[in-house]
Amino acid sequence: MIALLKRDLSLSIRAGGGFGLGLAFFLIVTILVPFGVGPQSDTLRLIAPGILWVGALLACLLSLDRIFALDYEDGSLDLLATAPIPLEAVVAMKALAHWVTTGLPLTLAAPVLAVLLNLQGAGFGWLVLSLLLGTPALSMIGAFGAALTVGLKRGGLLLSLLVLPLYVPTLIFGAESVRRGAQGMATTTPLLLLAGLTLASVALLPFAAAAAIRVNLR
Amino acid sequence: MSLWEYANPQKFMRTSQMVLPVLTVLTVLCLTAGLLWGFFLTPEAVNFGSTVKIIYIHVPAALMAINAWLMMLVTSLIWLVRRHHVSALAARAAAPVGLTMTLIALITGAIWGQPMWGTYWAWDPRLTSFLILFLFYLGYIALWEAIENPDAAADLTSVLCLVGSVFALLSRYAVNFWNQGLHQGASLSLDKEENVADVFYLPLLVCIAGFVLLFITLVLLRTRTEVRARRVRALITRERMA
Repeated sequence: MIALLKRDLSLSIRAGGGFGLGLAFFLIVTILVPFGVGPQSDTLRLIAPGILWVGALLACLLSLDRIFALDYEDGSLDLLATAPIPLEAVVAMKALAHWVTTGLPLTLAAPVLAVLLNLQGAGFGWLVLSLLLGTPALSMIGAFGAALTVGLKRGGLLLSLLVLPLYVPTLIFGAESVRRGAQGMATTTPLLLLAGLTLASVALLPFAAAAAIRVNLR
Repeated sequence: MSLWEYANPQKFMRTSQMVLPVLTVLTVLCLTAGLLWGFFLTPEAVNFGSTVKIIYIHVPAALMAINAWLMMLVTSLIWLVRRHHVSALAARAAAPVGLTMTLIALITGAIWGQPMWGTYWAWDPRLTSFLILFLFYLGYIALWEAIENPDAAADLTSVLCLVGSVFALLSRYAVNFWNQGLHQGASLSLDKEENVADVFYLPLLVCIAGFVLLFITLVLLRTRTEVRARRVRALITRERMA
């Protein structure tokens, strides 16, 4: 499992520019928003938590189809499916690799972009914390969506249609905890719910995703 | 005699052929009676004026939008556990009907919202969760359309339906958390003393029965079409092999 994680990490860092692309996308989305809504810093401050969360979510979405597609094409997914470790663990490791290359950099970059959007000082810590808690769920749900569409020729658009509704609860709890944190209110409830969501996804979705992959490899 | 006999497509086709005309007549009767009763023979409600009459379409459609998803969930489970093809096809057949019901509920709600709340749309929890349900239906149907192999499509959409149900439920309560609503609470519960006044309640019940029948009729009809389409496909494949 560790070897698989290492392999996925080095593949995504060395080959094909998937790594960093999500970050650049996040940067561009965040920069485009002020052009759209105007430069008034009060408005930006108000919508900053939502924009940052939606941006992180879209950036995450961008690299989802890479989780399984390349392995499916060159046949290594078949090998992994017949390997001695269970397919559920393979899925979980792949989601983890996706999180390390996408969710984690997004979390670290978010405070920098929050400066551009004038987020209140109190919100920064909550922003990082909520992204840290929430992005693993994004990766895991995304891995499930990618497993559903791995056999399709042009699954990219369908993948977003399937995955985005599943992201709704994560987005709500994540953005809500930043909003509350920025306004100095209590954030325990949304953060706990967010953490619960992440833990439940990590615990249950590998089974659903592995089932989908088995169907697609049949 | 057990329910599972209908898993045999032939048996299903024979029975549904007999049941379908009866259901159609009942649907037309219920809907005509309920809607006419509701539209012309009930008084106007105190605070609503004549806009209250939209309730006879809005409420049954909303009810069926949710029940259609529940039915898809059950048939998906049956497909996953017992591999009955009719069950998978019924889930496929129900999805567009559910999508339409969701859309009807959203649109009639918007039309009703304009005079009552002064806006066509508000980000109220109920409205928002219906919009999310709409997206789930879209994704489900799109996945069915996208996959060539019918068995794989049935499997994958069933898994999506299961996971989607959990997340749809989560979203329903998450949006509650996110915004408080304009929409009134439940007023048709069976276990409550106070419901909508009887003048409106009785025709509404008839309308709900009509919509349930309409849903069953449409799903049976569409399932029959799916079964036939599957047969045609099998015949074409056999031709090619020969």
